[in-house]
Amino acid sequence: MTHPSTTGPAPVLALKDISKSFGAVRALRDVSLELFPGEVHALAGENGAGKSTLIKTLAGVYRPDAGKVLLDGEPVVFHGPGDARDAGIAVIYQEPTLFPDLSIAENIFMGRQPRRALGRIDHKATHSATLALMQRLGVELDPDRPARGLSIADQQIVEIAKALSFDARVLIMDEPTAALTGSEVARLFGVVRTLREQGAAVLFISHRLEEIFQICRRVTTLRDGAWIASEPLDGMTEDDLVRRMVGRDLDELYPKQDVTPGEVALSVRRLTREGVFTDVSFEVRRGEIVGLAGLVGAGRTEVARAVFGIDRWDAGEVSVGGKALTNGAPSTAMASGLALVPEDRRAQGLVMDMSIERNIGLTGLRTTVKAGLMDRGAERSRSLDWAVKLQVKYARIADAVSTLSGGNQQKVVLAKWLATGPKVLIVDEPTRGIDVGTKAEVHRLLSELAADGVAVLMISSDLPEILGMADRVLVMHEGRLTAEIPRSEATEETVMAAATGRAAA
Amino acid sequence: MTVTTPQEAPVTDVPKSSGTRLVDRVFKMRELAILVVFVVMIVVTQLGNSEFLTEQGIKDLLLNATILVLVATGQSLVVITRNVDLSVGSTLGISAFAAGTFLQGGGNPVVAVLLAILMGIGFGLLNGLLVSLGQVPALVVTLGTLYIIRGIDSIWVGSRQITAADLPDGFVDFGSGGISVVPWLALIAIAVLVATAYYLKHFGSGRELYALGSNPEAARLAGIPVRKRILAAYTFCGALAGLAGALYLARFGNVDSGTGNGYELTVVSAVVIGGVVFTGGSGSVYGAALGALLLTSINSVLPALGVSSVWVLAINGILLLLAIAVDRIVALRVASALKKRNARHG
Ligand SMILES: Nc1ncnc2c1ncn2[C@@H]1O[C@H](COP(=O)(O)OP(=O)(O)OP(=O)(O)O)[C@@H](O)[C@H]1O
Ligand SMILES: [Mg+2]
Repeated sequence: MTHPSTTGPAPVLALKDISKSFGAVRALRDVSLELFPGEVHALAGENGAGKSTLIKTLAGVYRPDAGKVLLDGEPVVFHGPGDARDAGIAVIYQEPTLFPDLSIAENIFMGRQPRRALGRIDHKATHSATLALMQRLGVELDPDRPARGLSIADQQIVEIAKALSFDARVLIMDEPTAALTGSEVARLFGVVRTLREQGAAVLFISHRLEEIFQICRRVTTLRDGAWIASEPLDGMTEDDLVRRMVGRDLDELYPKQDVTPGEVALSVRRLTREGVFTDVSFEVRRGEIVGLAGLVGAGRTEVARAVFGIDRWDAGEVSVGGKALTNGAPSTAMASGLALVPEDRRAQGLVMDMSIERNIGLTGLRTTVKAGLMDRGAERSRSLDWAVKLQVKYARIADAVSTLSGGNQQKVVLAKWLATGPKVLIVDEPTRGIDVGTKAEVHRLLSELAADGVAVLMISSDLPEILGMADRVLVMHEGRLTAEIPRSEATEETVMAAATGRAAA
Repeated sequence: MTVTTPQEAPVTDVPKSSGTRLVDRVFKMRELAILVVFVVMIVVTQLGNSEFLTEQGIKDLLLNATILVLVATGQSLVVITRNVDLSVGSTLGISAFAAGTFLQGGGNPVVAVLLAILMGIGFGLLNGLLVSLGQVPALVVTLGTLYIIRGIDSIWVGSRQITAADLPDGFVDFGSGGISVVPWLALIAIAVLVATAYYLKHFGSGRELYALGSNPEAARLAGIPVRKRILAAYTFCGALAGLAGALYLARFGNVDSGTGNGYELTVVSAVVIGGVVFTGGSGSVYGAALGALLLTSINSVLPALGVSSVWVLAINGILLLLAIAVDRIVALRVASALKKRNARHG
């Protein structure tokens, strides 16, 4: 194994020849990694490559089957996450790990609350420390609000605040930016740079390659649980990195096909939900991909939920194929050919203990039921079909979804909804947490669906994705639609201007 | 959440923001609601029967509630951790008998009470160990210990019985005495209640009970010693059941092998009516105590109004369902209120 020329300090934290298996799945094979003080180190790899497993090994959640964890050059054994934390390691896990019943402040300081006399918790200090953290991250979240009901992005912010709340020597972040938009990512990176200058070591995972190049100095690549390379990013291109991850050259990332839009498939008229969004009107035609952009909290997800009938609307109307939908009735929406791939996939899209096959099959119950009985054979072949199309990486299709890596769980949700054969498809963050290779595949699928006459509404915080895929871009700002930009005029500047309210519609 | 955009004046200090008030409102609302129901019930009864709120009447109300309040306080801690202890009735029965036997033999009353508590701690530890180590649901484990402890009790006690005549006078007097209308026993229960509530709010390990009930997996990742905390909650619950056994002896002076039979269901009802959510992570011991007060008062109210006591069980059941329905509605309201606040920019 070659190490870059690291003159200077010894690694704070290192892994040496680590292996970890789950039953027959070898998640990590002889992986080594060194983290130096004052560096931001990227961990790259496709979905299921073993990144999260590696992080959980560093964090004391998993014990490696073989190999050593070294802290300041000395071998250590972490018996649990508490041990790693006491050693100064802060971890942001891929899936938010919040306590829904407790306040944001309590979530951040659980187990480490500031104390006053007699070991009692200093509630005031906890509150003000939380406010200070929120200000540092440039967000306004009420410290006393319960964590229940926070959007995914806000949950992610709380996780970040939690990790920053103690002076960690090592900060490990598993896809912290997956749910964030540009400005929040910029804030986060600002904080990370400060930490780096103070001498902390940072391990960073993201499927957005441009972020890796922005903030990291070195990168370690994993492929199928095996270590591929650890090298400086200087002089590397995105294509080089992709080649390391995937082992081959990649297809075009935005394979948008040109189509002539057909008749109106989804029409939304003056839709309003008190205090959430106001007077939202738009149309999506058959064959079109319409992008819905905006900052986190602009109300995009809320509009999608109302259109699909999960939340009720207070005024306005929605029609699919000319037929008006009933307010607050997802079943009629589904019956008229509407499908929604939700943002919060773990909570709203998956039955974690059920098999991959059954999860994909769930929405297709109607088509695979024969004479009142489930047609298991049909369900299996349909599920297998979609699992292959989306390159889901699994050991057996009968395994529980909970054993899949984060990105592969996302793919299962996508498969589940695509399998319904919708006329109008609303996708909320279709490629969040999905690796570059599959991203291209998802884009190709969406493009094909559109070409087949499906109307697609795509909500995305990934601006290049919006620009690359959408025929038209709708932009929301503070609950209102502020701009409609045709593909030819959509640029990063025009979209961001509308999203931050700097431009009149 | 909002990105601080320049045109908005950043709100830097929000000492009592709407979120706080919202949360406060929910918790206090529940306790307030029970209190209102309780007061209305008492007032109506008093209007229908002016004999109801005599000095002795008030004293009886408090005395009746005392034992249930104690056991419900302990049970709340366990339920907050997303578990349950069904063996409290059996524990109460056996420790009451143990304390009685000890006193019968001329033992010191203080030692007798300690003995009952120790016994409760023993069974609490047993439950805690089984639940935290074995991967068996608490419902099943404590259903098992409910029968085991009751079985031991039956074999040991047989057809024997302890009556007030077997007990030292001082002990029996203590069981019915007090300062004006407030019985000693009620004072003990209030002290335990206040101390427990304070502990839950102001100590790290108390908050951790809520955390691990709210999301066990996250609690593990946060480095909370999950097993230790569950063990502690059960031990505390057992200790209070033991103490309640000793106080039961002082109050009624009458204990046999059937004492405390079926009591666990009353306790669980009180806790749930008091707003301690069965799926863990939320609720307060004050709520549970008010739930206990409400349940035991119904027992005195109905006879005072001349209603047959056969109605008691049915009314308890209705209260329980009502409480659960209210919980559900409040939860939905809060969820939609929070969602609106999410999307609002400010
Ligand atoms: N608890 C588990 N039980 C069984 N298999 C598991 C478990 N956790 C992970 N795996 C398997 O280990 C492999 C590596 O998973 P890991 O979560 O580390 O991937 P990852 O690189 O983080 O992917 P992603 O980018 O999708 O998050 C996958 O094949 C996954 O299915
Ligand atoms: Mg992962």
